[in-house]
Amino acid sequence: MTLIRTKIGRRSFIRTTAMAGGGLVLSFSWLASCKQEEATVAELPDEWFELNGYLKVGDNGMVTIMSPNPEIGQNVKTSMPMIVAEELDADWSLVIVEQAPLNTEVFTRQLAGGSQSIRQGWDGLRMAGATAREMLKQAAANSWEVPIGEITTHEGMIEHEASGKKAGYGEFAAAAAQLEVPEEVEMKDPSEFKIIGTSRKNVDGPKIVTGKPLFGLDYYEDGMVTAMTIHPPAFGARLKSFDAETAKNMPGIVDVFSIKLYEDGYLKHPFDTTAFNEIIVVAGNSTWEVMNAKKAVKAEWEPISEYMDEYTDFRTGEALPKRIPAGMESSGDHRTEMETLGAKLAKVTRKDGDPDKAFRNAAKVIERHYSCPFLAHNTLEPMNFFAHVTETEAKLVGPIQTPEFMEKSVAARLNMPLENIDIQMTRQGGGFGRRLYGHFVVEAALISQKLKAPAKVVYTREDDMSYGNYRPAYYATYRAAFDENNEITAFHVRAGGIPESPLFAHRFPAGAIDNYLAEEWAIDSNISVGAFRAPRSNFIAGAEQSFLDEIAEEMGKDPIAMRLEWLEKAKNNPVGENNDYDAARYAGVLELVRDKSGWNQNAEGKYRGVSAYYCHNSYVAQVLDMVMKNGKPAVDNVTCAIDCGIVVNPDAATNLTQGGVIDGIGHAMYSQLSFKEGSPEQQNFDRYRLIRHNEAPKSIDVHFVESDVHPTGLGEPPFPPIMGAVANALYKATGERYYHQPFISEKQLRG
Amino acid sequence: MSTFNLTINGETATVDVDPATPLLWVLRDHLKLVGTKYGCGIAQCGACTVHIGDSAVRSCQIPVSAVGSQSVTTIEGLSENGDHPVQLAWIENDVPQCGYCQAGQIMSAAALLKNNPNPSDEEIAATMSGNICRCGTYTRIRSAIRQAAENKTA
Ligand code: FES
Ligand code: FES
Repeated sequence: MTLIRTKIGRRSFIRTTAMAGGGLVLSFSWLASCKQEEATVAELPDEWFELNGYLKVGDNGMVTIMSPNPEIGQNVKTSMPMIVAEELDADWSLVIVEQAPLNTEVFTRQLAGGSQSIRQGWDGLRMAGATAREMLKQAAANSWEVPIGEITTHEGMIEHEASGKKAGYGEFAAAAAQLEVPEEVEMKDPSEFKIIGTSRKNVDGPKIVTGKPLFGLDYYEDGMVTAMTIHPPAFGARLKSFDAETAKNMPGIVDVFSIKLYEDGYLKHPFDTTAFNEIIVVAGNSTWEVMNAKKAVKAEWEPISEYMDEYTDFRTGEALPKRIPAGMESSGDHRTEMETLGAKLAKVTRKDGDPDKAFRNAAKVIERHYSCPFLAHNTLEPMNFFAHVTETEAKLVGPIQTPEFMEKSVAARLNMPLENIDIQMTRQGGGFGRRLYGHFVVEAALISQKLKAPAKVVYTREDDMSYGNYRPAYYATYRAAFDENNEITAFHVRAGGIPESPLFAHRFPAGAIDNYLAEEWAIDSNISVGAFRAPRSNFIAGAEQSFLDEIAEEMGKDPIAMRLEWLEKAKNNPVGENNDYDAARYAGVLELVRDKSGWNQNAEGKYRGVSAYYCHNSYVAQVLDMVMKNGKPAVDNVTCAIDCGIVVNPDAATNLTQGGVIDGIGHAMYSQLSFKEGSPEQQNFDRYRLIRHNEAPKSIDVHFVESDVHPTGLGEPPFPPIMGAVANALYKATGERYYHQPFISEKQLRG
Repeated sequence: MSTFNLTINGETATVDVDPATPLLWVLRDHLKLVGTKYGCGIAQCGACTVHIGDSAVRSCQIPVSAVGSQSVTTIEGLSENGDHPVQLAWIENDVPQCGYCQAGQIMSAAALLKNNPNPSDEEIAATMSGNICRCGTYTRIRSAIRQAAENKTA
C-alpha cells in the first residue's frame, strides 16, 4: 500500500452538503448502468450521500461514480470509474456511472486528447475511491467502537472479523458523509487489484445496442430550433454578401443570418482554430426543411488577403502568430512545393557525430521519399452542439473534447462570466482530435442568442468534411549511408509538411546511430489543420519504419533482429542525450511480437511486414500478414504487442487497439482529402474512401506486456506504426515498395 | 405538407410533413426515434439502416411518401427488452467503441440473419460492407454476427 495525501494542489475533495449531483439522479434516462436497466431502477436508493466530487453512496449500497472525461469511444466512461471502484472496494454490479459535467473545481483535466485521460486521471481517481473507503471504514469503526485498523472492506461490504460485525456500504453512507475528509489515505498495491486488470463491459453498451439517446445529435429540447451553417466553399475565401429572401420564405424556416465567430482583438486559444470566421446560418423547425433552404441561399464569396492569425500556446499560454497566406491552394501544387522546397527550408534539429563526412565517405547511400495527404477526421457523428442562451446564462450540451477551453471561448464571446456558462457532455460519436476544436460550440451559442431560443447546430457530412481542422499533408526524405562491409554509418531524416513538420528528432533510431542528422521544415497554408489521432506520429512512424525495412534488406538482416541490435546499442551505449524512449521497453514489444506472431517460423503463403513505434508514452510493435486474394494483396492477420503500463480494462483496451489497427490500415491504403482551388475534392463518403468491413483484417491478436508501471496512452499508440507494417507487407506481397499514401492510388493496387 | 400514417415498431404514427422528407428525418425529428443515425445522407455509411418488412434499407434514401403501409422497424423496436440475439451478441462481444454506427450495424446484421441464418464470412462481409464503422470495430462485428447465428440455430 502507498500512503498518499488527499490534496492535489489547490484541489481537495471538499464535500458539498447540498448534494450537488442529486438532481441529476432524477433524469435517469441519461444514466448509464452496469446492471440491467430494469433491475437498477427498482433498486435505486432513497437517498444518496456524496462522499466527494467523484462518487456518492446510496443508503442501499448502490454507488454512483462520476466519469469526469469526455467519452469519444476510448472507453473512459467505463475504465475511469473502474479505477475509482477499485480503491473504493465497490461491488461493480452495484455501480452506476454518470457523465460528470464540466467542473474545474473538482476534476482535473476534463479533456479527451493526447491519450492522457487515464494517465493523468490515475492518481486522482484512485484517491477519490480510497478516501471514500476510508470514510466508510471510519464511520463503521465509530459505530462499532472498534479500531479502524481492524476493519476490512470487500466488494461493498465492511467487516470487523474479531466481533463478526458486517455491513454494506449503504448502512454507513450517511455517517461517512458527516466525517472530515482524512488527511492521508492508503492506496492499494497493484497486486491487490480486483477490478483493474479485469475486463468489464462498456457501461453504455445496453443503451447503444437499443438506440437510446446518448449522442449530441440525439439531444432535443422543446421549442428547439435546428440550425445549419454555410461556410466558404474554399479555403482562401470569405463571405462577401448573401441573398436569403427565397430561403427565408421556405416552409419551416425561422431565419437566415450571418454570424461572426470571434471578435477582433480576442486572443484565441489553440482549440478555437477555424479558417472561417464569418458564416451564414439557416435556422428552422426541422433538419430536412433547413437542408432544403440552405440550397436556396445565394452567397457571394471573395478571396482573402494574407493575414496574421494568433493563437495562444497550449502549454505556455504565450501568443503565437501564424501567417495565413492568400490564394486558393491545390494538392498538385502542394506536392511540387514539398518536393522542391523542403531541402531549401530545412533547419537542423539534431545532429550527432559527423553525418556529412559519413555520407561523403560512404560506399553506398540510399535515399527514399515518403508522403501522405491531408485527412479529414470524419467522426461518424458530424459536428453538432446544442445551446440555450438567455440574457444571463448559457446552457450548452453536446460532444466536445475540450469543454473547459470552449467554456472560456463562449464566455468571452457572449461577454458573460464563466460561472454562468454550463457545459454538459454527451457521449461522442468519435473524436480522433476533431472535437478538440469547438468553433461549433460558439456557433451554437451565437445562434441561440440571436434567435432567443434553444438551438442545435448540425453539420451535414459535406459541411463536416469541407470545414475541417485536417491532418496536415507531410513529406519526408530519408537517407542512409553504408560502408564497404554494408554496415550503416549515417542516418539522415528531413521532414516537413503543410503547414507543419511531422518530425520527432529525438525518437528512435536517434540514439542508436553514431552519425545522425534530423532536419525539419514547414510551408504556410490557409487550410486549417489540427490534431488527428497521434498527431505527426501518424505519418512519420510509417515512413521511418518502412525505411528501416529497406535498411535491413540492404544490410541483409532480419528487420526485427536489426532493430533489436540497434536498441541494444541505444540501451548500453546511447548516442546523444535527449533520446526520447526507453530502449528496453521498446525492445520488449518487438520481442513479444516476434514470439507471438511466430515471426521466425515459416508462414506459407503469407507476406509479413513488421513495424514498431513509441508515442504517447507507450510502445507498440506489430506484425501484419498479407495474403494474395484474386491476385490482389489483402490483410489477413495482425499481431500487436503493447507496453502501456497497467491495463485497466483489458478487453476494452484490446478493442481500442484493434480499432487503431483497422483505422491505420484504412488511412494508409484508402483515404485522402485533396484540394482543387482551395476546395476539398471529397465531401462525402462516395469520394472519400474509408476502410470497410471487407477490407479489415480477418483477425487482430493483441498482447499486452505485463507491467506495474502506471498506465500510459492507448487511444493513439497502436495507430501510427501499422502504416509501416502495411507498406512492408505490401513490398513482400508485390515486390514493390510503397511510399505515398494512400497506397491504393499507387501503381498496381489501382483496381 | 401532407399527412402520413406510418406503422413503426408495430404502432401507428401520424406525421404531417413534406412528402419528400426522408424517413430518417421523420424518425429523428418528428417521432424522436433517434436511435437511427445520420452519417452521410447519401446511402454510403449505413448509419441510418432500418427494416422495411424484413429488408434492411437506408432510411436517408426513402422519402416518407414511399413508405405507405409497409411496416418499419427501427433499432428501438428490434426487440422489446434489448434481447434480440444480435443485440445480445453485441453486448457479449463488447463491440461498440463510440457506438454511433452500431444501431445501423445491428439492423443490417439482424436483416442478414433473418434472410440467411448461417452466413459465411464472405456473405457477412458482402452485406456489412455497406456500414462504415469509423472506430474500426469490424472484427468484433464479424464475431458477434457469427455468435448470433449460432445462438439462433442452437
Ligand atoms: S445516413 Fe443513410 S447511409 Fe449514411
Ligand atoms: S463504434 Fe464508432 S463508428 Fe462504429
